[in-house]
Amino acid sequence: MSIRKLFESELADLKTELVEMCRLTETMIESAINALVNRDRELGKSVGDTDKRVDEYEMDIEKRCMRILLKQQPVAKDFREVSTALKMITDIERFGDQASDIGDLVYHMPGERYIKKLTHIKAMGELAMKMVRESVDSFIRNDEKLADGVIAADDEMDDLFETVKDELIALIKKDADNGDQAIVLMMIAKYLERIGDHAVNVAEWTKYNETGVHLKF
Amino acid sequence: MKNNKNETVFGQNVSVKNANLWYGDFQALKNIGIEIPEGKVTAFIGPSGCGKSTFLKCFNRMNDLVSGCRVEGEFKIGEADIYDRSTDVNALRKNVGMVFQKPNPFPMSVYDNVAYGPRTFGVRKRSELDELVEESLKAAAMWDELKDRLDKSALGLSGGQQQRLCIARALAVKPKIILMDEPTSALDPISTGKIEELCEELKKTTTIVIVTHNMQQATRISDKTGFFLLGELVEYGDTDDIFSSPKDERTERYITGRFG
Repeated sequence: MSIRKLFESELADLKTELVEMCRLTETMIESAINALVNRDRELGKSVGDTDKRVDEYEMDIEKRCMRILLKQQPVAKDFREVSTALKMITDIERFGDQASDIGDLVYHMPGERYIKKLTHIKAMGELAMKMVRESVDSFIRNDEKLADGVIAADDEMDDLFETVKDELIALIKKDADNGDQAIVLMMIAKYLERIGDHAVNVAEWTKYNETGVHLKF
Repeated sequence: MKNNKNETVFGQNVSVKNANLWYGDFQALKNIGIEIPEGKVTAFIGPSGCGKSTFLKCFNRMNDLVSGCRVEGEFKIGEADIYDRSTDVNALRKNVGMVFQKPNPFPMSVYDNVAYGPRTFGVRKRSELDELVEESLKAAAMWDELKDRLDKSALGLSGGQQQRLCIARALAVKPKIILMDEPTSALDPISTGKIEELCEELKKTTTIVIVTHNMQQATRISDKTGFFLLGELVEYGDTDDIFSSPKDERTERYITGRFG
């Protein structure tokens, strides 16, 4: 195999593993939201167990990137692809951490029943999954427009968060006994909002990969 | 531009416009324009036969020595038009030194090698020559290793030492610009490292233009990079940009090893 072909093969393997890592975090977010909606404490707890696999993916992809940088000394688009992957895994790992934190909150959720409907939090969960998937897909497909879509979706995520926050504040004002659960729901909403921010980071790296310019949105 | 003794004054920057060069019927350089800044290292990269060394040799008119070679266009070093009829080629080559791929010390002592240039340009006083030799060897980071062997033959030095001696020899006439044509391609990694360190140091006082096939070397030591292909300057810009985000697909293909 020529050196160039070897490099292309290593890059393809790297991308495959990146997609696997991303898909795993997506399922973690999905499980965390399902655990919340269905009050499934055990499912919530299991999300944290899956996070160990995400950490292993991060370490493995990091090693792959380091090995490619050391052995191939890539330049131009090759360099951007490897450095983008290296930067992205930090944010993808955070997707997993935050899903795991949500699962843990569900496991310890106070109260017998929910103090509010979970419509907006569920919508935040679905949006988070979409942003996570599309942010990494934009890199894999070299699709700058898809990355732009992820960056734009963050406004929707922020609006949903504000809505949830206002509802919870109103519920606490109405009855102080709502406070314990309201704070937990607030933290869950905040974690989902942070997942959106990390997806934006990934999308920004995709744009860097395409253009060579790293801009913060 | 002339001084009050009617001598051409050379600057430290190079400005070329519409440069074309032919070897007989073969056009080796095609309409090249470039601005090389002073006090920087500029690297020329490209496949063999692309014209980068030919272009480099225009800067001190080494191509004048090649029969059938014809040059057109404007070549300025500072304000001086180097192809102007009134330009003193010896003065040009004093100001624009050159180091070649293969070290080429003269078959004489280390001291005489370094003193050769100043002597040619009329320096006779021993104390002045001593000072220039010491200064040049220090600038080439060789004084400590050679100060006790100044009377020994330069041919007894290692390849890396010979190459640095050639740089010291070029420095002895205080050039404004040094051209290096693949100066480390025949050297081991340690000697290569020393020459690269030297470039970093020398650019404080001298503009350096280097032709290299080693792209990692271009990335490490140069501030600007020009990519040549089939006699054209395809792309020229900051080294960081050329190696991270080249604008031209041909540059991208060459530096990532996908050319051909």
